Amino acid sequence: MNIFVIMISSMLVSNVVLSQFLGICPFLGVSKKVETAAGMGAAVTFVITLASAITYPIYYFILEPLDLAYLETIAFILIIAALVQFVEMVLKKFMPPLYESLGVFLPLITTNCAVLGVAINNITNGCNFIESVLTGLFTALGFLVAIVILAAIRERIEYNDVPNSFKGTPIVLVTASLMAIAFCGFAGLV
Amino acid sequence: MNTCVERLKNGIITENPTFVMMLGMCPTLAVTSSAMNGLGMGLTTTAVLILSNAFISLLRKVIPDKVRIPAFIVVVASFVTIIQLLLQAFIPALNSALGVYIPLIVVNCIILGRAEAYASKNPVIPSIFDGLGMGLGFTVGLTLIGICREVLGGGAIFGVQFIPEDFHITFFVLAPGAFLVLAFLTAAQNKLKMPSATNVAGGDSSMACGGNCAQCTGASCVANKGIIEAERVAAKAAKAQAAKEAAAKAKAAKEAAAAKAAEKKED
Repeated sequence: MNIFVIMISSMLVSNVVLSQFLGICPFLGVSKKVETAAGMGAAVTFVITLASAITYPIYYFILEPLDLAYLETIAFILIIAALVQFVEMVLKKFMPPLYESLGVFLPLITTNCAVLGVAINNITNGCNFIESVLTGLFTALGFLVAIVILAAIRERIEYNDVPNSFKGTPIVLVTASLMAIAFCGFAGLV
Repeated sequence: MNTCVERLKNGIITENPTFVMMLGMCPTLAVTSSAMNGLGMGLTTTAVLILSNAFISLLRKVIPDKVRIPAFIVVVASFVTIIQLLLQAFIPALNSALGVYIPLIVVNCIILGRAEAYASKNPVIPSIFDGLGMGLGFTVGLTLIGICREVLGGGAIFGVQFIPEDFHITFFVLAPGAFLVLAFLTAAQNKLKMPSATNVAGGDSSMACGGNCAQCTGASCVANKGIIEAERVAAKAAKAQAAKEAAAKAKAAKEAAAAKAAEKKED
């Protein structure tokens, strides 16, 4: 599979939020401002890419040889939780400016189902190491694109006259629905 | 016995996880393309919820406070794995229909939320009923959304077709339809002024998560909860201080006025 196909298919065609419904909570919750949305997207990109790189050797070099493949859910969630903690500590110690901008989002990511979802999907689809990392990276970039677009639209909706009963979550969901329709247009690309 | 009935009612109606708390949105949107899938997902989650609540409640005095979240995650993940293996063995059709969303029950915030908010503080029997109530509430929510989407998109309920194929609106079974159905359901809730996470006061903190902790008991928010609590206490203290100062000022002004009046009198 070439890089371009992986990029188009995991970023646009089967967008992680708009067609797979993973990571809906941050998508709806952290999309009030473009800057925070971009920060969340960047943090998610970082963690998903790292997580798909780490879960691959864990599965194929530890779980599978020992016939423990059924433990993947437990192993992966623990790895992701530990990874998030570790990334937080490393950033705090060595890259304070990056920590300042991404730090608040890191604890939110452990329970982001996109991270675990991508890790499990990689194993189910039988991707090799390079494909796993690339799928992780581009899926996360798809999340970044979707959440930034939604945040930009929400910033403009602030000034619009939304019907009373649609204020708050309903109008955000309608927006997400329209975005999902737009992303359906990519379906024929790959 | 009363607490048990109360827990059931609380889960199904008062704090319904789908419609009132708006928790666990990922499975709510993803697997509700038909009523049957919604029901299956709801019941699977209910089973995990009851088992994890019971187990965590049993262990509540053993688990040290500092490592409780990782401990809860391990317990929940174990039960999810057990349920997944059971589904693979006995209901393979449901297992393949729900796919990756079964292992993702681990990160469903309803389960960790109930563990943190109820099971870790209460005895076993009420915790089991709390899990049962919440699970049934979630099942009812998912099934209702599933019925809406199946009727509009497939002209059927639980696979029984009653609208001819020419009148199906396939849009509702696809991804965008999920968002739209949920949007209209929450809008209806707002219109009817029913309790819902979307129309209560609060949730206007500057925190990244919105700071609406009444609705969110997920593991991620435990760290933020303290910060928000502190913010609230500080705000309260500042308010009290301001009130005190204002009172002092008013008192001083009164005294000054009285002194002036006294001076005038002396003149």
